[in-house]
Amino acid sequence: MEAVFLALVLMLSIFLGFELISKVPATLHTPLMSGANAISGITIVGALIAAGDGNDPLSTYLGAAAVMFAAINVVGGYLVTNRMLSMFKKKDTDQPGGQA
Amino acid sequence: MSIELINLAYVAAAALFIFGLKQLGSPATAVRGNTLSALGMFIAIAVTLFNKNILPWEWIIGATLIGGIVGAVVAQKVEMTSMPEMVALFNGSGGVASLMVGWAALYNFDNSTFTNITILLSIVIGGMTFSGSILAWGKLSEVMTSAAVVFGAQRIVNALILIGMIACAVLFCMEPAVNSPYLYAVIGLALLFGVMAVLPIGGADMPVVISLLNSYSGLAACAAGFAINNNILIVAGSMVGAAGIILTNIMCKAMNRSLANVLFSGFGAAKQATKVEGEVKPITADDAFLILEAAQSVSFVPGYGMAVAQAQHVVRELGELLEKNGAEVTYAIHPVAGRMPGHMNVLLAEANVSYDQLVEMEDINPRIDNVDVAVVIGANDVVNPAARNDENSPIYGMPIINVDQARTVFVLKRSMASGFSGADNPLFFGDNTRMLFGDAKQSIAAVVAEFKG
Repeated sequence: MEAVFLALVLMLSIFLGFELISKVPATLHTPLMSGANAISGITIVGALIAAGDGNDPLSTYLGAAAVMFAAINVVGGYLVTNRMLSMFKKKDTDQPGGQA
Repeated sequence: MSIELINLAYVAAAALFIFGLKQLGSPATAVRGNTLSALGMFIAIAVTLFNKNILPWEWIIGATLIGGIVGAVVAQKVEMTSMPEMVALFNGSGGVASLMVGWAALYNFDNSTFTNITILLSIVIGGMTFSGSILAWGKLSEVMTSAAVVFGAQRIVNALILIGMIACAVLFCMEPAVNSPYLYAVIGLALLFGVMAVLPIGGADMPVVISLLNSYSGLAACAAGFAINNNILIVAGSMVGAAGIILTNIMCKAMNRSLANVLFSGFGAAKQATKVEGEVKPITADDAFLILEAAQSVSFVPGYGMAVAQAQHVVRELGELLEKNGAEVTYAIHPVAGRMPGHMNVLLAEANVSYDQLVEMEDINPRIDNVDVAVVIGANDVVNPAARNDENSPIYGMPIINVDQARTVFVLKRSMASGFSGADNPLFFGDNTRMLFGDAKQSIAAVVAEFKG
């Protein structure tokens, strides 16, 4: 039953993802990708849990390495996306040659 | 905290991811969207720490610190021109993280066969995402040749790898063990498969590959979610997977090629394009200035060459001078201009171009005949009219920005070399085309100097 439930979650979120992301304008596609990198860092949650009880040192090492790689994605992904998105500005109407 | 509470918090995190993506629908709200998404991630991680069976604390703190610092430094230091390389590396680190999560999940002893299959999926997808991304990074940063590497028996070798991988996976599932030799075989073959999949893909197809690997990194997280029965991994992973697939599709359409064609067949120069002959009309910066000064409407069409020449700042300066002079200025961007989706937009935004001046191909083409001057900077294939007219051209059928229909076209170019596709460009010989030879940055700077002088 558990697997069926998870499959339902998967199906719904794929449809929702398609709906949401097809509305992102072409201008923001690069930040969308780096933002997606950040979200895929969600594996960090899996890494914390999967390594579990620490019953085997190798599983602890694997979990810790996974946490490290996923943390790169989370921190780097969100920061660089924020940095990029902050560059997208609309010029004020009466400001010829406006320097930001 | 009980498992129910933790799962409830995951629902909140998922909602924040969804709101965040929704707000990415407009540049005006996008920064807030990113913050919401980051908040969702923070909640998801924070509540997981209340789970009783997690990694020992000293490992969590150490690993998060190292990863966080690396990520933060990269995010601050990376040049906007190198964004494709950075995204490629992030795809790779997402992939390897999922591989390791799957592997670690094998240490729970009571896995069902279904769980073992999802574990193998996360290992395989994560592994090929990792090695494929590293290779894509190598091609993008030109550590290795960016050309397509094609050899005769490639498809047979790939098929053998795939069959071998499936066979080992089946053998593993029959007798699952953490030290099973079949596990190592699957990991090794997945890594090899990632390399083999990216090898035959050439430089100009890179936007497709990074989008696809982006998608895989999400799907790997998704598979890891199944492996450990975790909702939030499935939700977030499938969002990323969907994003990557949509972008891949947009890129393929913009090149008028199927995904299979991009993935399996280098850039086929099978057909010989009709030879273009004619006279090229060069122009000096002085004359270019005179024409631009009289123009009512100017459209810049940037390509990867603009990024290489680092010309975006001086282009913005010229754009502002033209606006002051009373002209309407737009920047027309082809979906596959640059090395990744939306790359040109970010470079121009960095140079302080207002985002409402960035227009898409579909918006500029219907009104291109009202454009007085189209300035092509470092773009070639995406403005090649042979795509419209010459059935023999390798890029025939690809949608282009129809700059040849503008009243005047300036093409900034170093020399008469052809674009990545190797196709001749009849645009250069058009009656209304003027070639401004030389380094794009210096050429534009010369025109800017005329305006100021």
